[in-house]
Amino acid sequence: MGITFRKETFRDDFTFRNSPEHIRRFPFPFHEDSYMYAVNIEPHVVGPKGSVLENLIDVDEHYVAEMQDRALVLAEDPLRCQSLPHMTLAGWDLLELLMEQQALGYPEHFTLTRDGDKWRWINRPLGIDDSFTFGDTSTLPYGPMEYITRQSQGDFCILDQRDGNLWMDAGMVTTQADWSLDFDIGMNFFEWHAPVPLAHEKGIFIRALKFLTNIQQGKPARRLNWTMTINPRLDTSPENYHKWGPDRTTVTPENVGDKVHLRVELQSFWRLPRSNGIVFPIRCYLIKMDELVTQPKWARRLHRVIRDLPEELATYKGLTRYRPTLVEWLSKLDDGSPTSAGFGPD
Amino acid sequence: MSTGTTKLDVVVSDVVPVNDLVTRFHFRRRDGELLPTFSGGAHVVVEMRDGERTRLNPYSLMGSPLNTSEYTISVRRDDVGRGGSLFMHRSVKPGLEMVISYPVNLFSLDLRAKKHLMLAGGIGITPFMAQTAQLAAEGGNFELHYTCRTASLGTYADVLRERYDRRVRLYHDDRDERIELDRLLSSQPLGTHLYVCGPSGMIGWVRDRAASLGWPAETVHFEHFAAPQPGAPFDVELAVSGKTIRVDEQQSLLEAIEAAGVDPPYLCRGGVCGQCETNVISHDGKFIHNDHWLSEEEHRSCNKIMPCVSRFEGRSLVLER
Repeated sequence: MGITFRKETFRDDFTFRNSPEHIRRFPFPFHEDSYMYAVNIEPHVVGPKGSVLENLIDVDEHYVAEMQDRALVLAEDPLRCQSLPHMTLAGWDLLELLMEQQALGYPEHFTLTRDGDKWRWINRPLGIDDSFTFGDTSTLPYGPMEYITRQSQGDFCILDQRDGNLWMDAGMVTTQADWSLDFDIGMNFFEWHAPVPLAHEKGIFIRALKFLTNIQQGKPARRLNWTMTINPRLDTSPENYHKWGPDRTTVTPENVGDKVHLRVELQSFWRLPRSNGIVFPIRCYLIKMDELVTQPKWARRLHRVIRDLPEELATYKGLTRYRPTLVEWLSKLDDGSPTSAGFGPD
Repeated sequence: MSTGTTKLDVVVSDVVPVNDLVTRFHFRRRDGELLPTFSGGAHVVVEMRDGERTRLNPYSLMGSPLNTSEYTISVRRDDVGRGGSLFMHRSVKPGLEMVISYPVNLFSLDLRAKKHLMLAGGIGITPFMAQTAQLAAEGGNFELHYTCRTASLGTYADVLRERYDRRVRLYHDDRDERIELDRLLSSQPLGTHLYVCGPSGMIGWVRDRAASLGWPAETVHFEHFAAPQPGAPFDVELAVSGKTIRVDEQQSLLEAIEAAGVDPPYLCRGGVCGQCETNVISHDGKFIHNDHWLSEEEHRSCNKIMPCVSRFEGRSLVLER
C-alpha cells in the first residue's frame, strides 16, 4: 500500500487540498492556548504511526505536485538553488541522507542500491531510474544537492560550520515564508536572523547557535515554526512578493475558510558526516481554515492564539491586515470551553 | 541536551605496535555493519572499563574517511599520565568488546581553503592522517610539515612519505632540524588555511607567529586536547544533586562527578568543546585551570570550571551540578 499522490496546484487555480487522513496528521504547532518564542528544540526521533514524524524525512500525498511546483519555480528563477564552491561535498552528504531516508521510509516508492561508489536510485513517483558514481558530479544531471532536492519535499539550507558560527552557503529554497536564499547566501547565523523581532532581546539566537553547532552525527533535532499564508501558495518569496502580497487584501468574512491557511514548518537539523556541515530541512505543511476547524480543539485554540498574539509578531508574520477578519470568523467556533493539553486533535 | 553522543558497540579487530611509544587499535562494529562516515579531524571517545574505574578518553580517527569498515586510532603511551593510555597498551587485545562514541569533529577542514598547510608535532599527526586521506581523494591541495623526536619515533612518517612524497616534510629533533616557521608562513599563497596539532608549546608558538605575520584568526585552526592531569585529591560539593564527592589523584573532576551518578554533557573531554562548563557557587582555595575553553578573564573570576581537565586545591568547593 503506497501513498496516493494528489494531482493539484499551488498557484493559479489553487486546487491544493488535504485528504481527511492528512488533516488529522497535520503538525498543529500550538500545545497551549497562547504563543511566544521559545527555543523549542527537541530530538528528531521517530514519532507515532500516522503522524508526520512516522519517518524522519516525511513524504506525503502532496509529493508529486510539490516537486512539479518546484520545477516551475526553478525554471523561472534558477537562483533559488545555489551552492558555493566549497559546499559540493556537503551536497553529496545530503544526497546520501535523503536517498537513505526516503528508501527506508517508503520502499514501495524509492529504492537505493549501492555497490561501493556505484549507486542506483529509483524514484517511482517521479519516474526516475539513475545510476551514478557517488562523489563524481559528472555522473548526475545536476549537482548532488540540486539533484536530490528536486526530488525531496521541503526547502533545504546547508550550513557550513566554521569560526564558531554557521554560514548559509548552499540551499534549495522554493517554498519559503518570505525570505530569500539569494539574499542570505554567505551570511552567518546572526546576519540572516537579524530581521526577527523580540528573539534577540531574549538571547534566543545565542543559545540556539550554541545548540546547533553542537548537533552530533546520528542525533538530529527539530522544531516547529508557523505563519499564515493566503491561498495555498508554496512560493511566498520576496522575489515574487508582487504575486502573493496583494492576496492579503482579498480576505473577506465569506472566504476566510477557503483562503486563509496555517503554514507550519517542520524544521530539522542534521550533522553531515563528510563535510561536518549542518543541513536544515524546512518542510512546509499547509492547511486551510475550513480543513483545520474540522478538529474543534484546533479551532478553539487557534482563535485564542491569533487573538492574543503580540503585535510585533503579528506584523512580522504579515497577519496585520486580515487578523481582525480571521479572529472574528474563528471566534464563532470558540465556545470558551477548555482545550486538552498537547498538539493533537481530540 | 543529553550527554555525549550516540554510542557504538565495537570489537577490537587488531592491535598493531607502531614504535616504542605508539600502538594502533582497529575497531569494527560488533553487528558487522559499516561504521558511520566521518570527516577528517574527527575523534571518538573510547570507554575503558578498568575494573571499578571507567575512563573516557578522546582519540582522533586516523583512517581514511572513505573506509568505514573499521576505525583506527593511535595511542601514545604516557607512563606518568592517569593510566588511560597504559590501559590501552596493556589490556586491550584483539577480540575485546568496547564502546566508543559516534565521531565528533572539533578540528574540521575549512573547505574554502585554496591550500591546506598542516603542522604536526609528535602524536599530533593522527588527525592529519585522516585529513590528508580525505583531501588526497578529492584532489585537494595540502602540504604537511611534521616534527618528531627521532626517525624511529616518527609515527607514520614512512607511510605519509610513501603516500604523498614531497607534500610531506619531516623534521627530526635529534638532528636539530627545525621548521623555518616564519619563512613558511610568509611564503603561502593567498587563501591558505593553517592547521596545527601537537604539544601546547608548539600550538602557542605557531598561533603567535601566525598572528604576528598577519594571518587572520579564522584561517588558523588548532587542536589541542589537554589530557586531564593527575593531581592532589580534593573534595567537592555538588549543590544541585546534593552530593559530596572526592576526586582521586588519578581521576578527573568530570569522572568523579560521573562516578557519583551525575551526568553532565560532554563531547571532547579535553577542555575545548565547552559542553561540561560548570558554574562555581563558592570556593575557598585555588583553581588549576587546564582548559582551552574559558577566557583568561573567566579563569581569574573563579566563577566557572571545566571539570574534564581542571582541578582544585583548597578547603572547599561547591559546584552547580
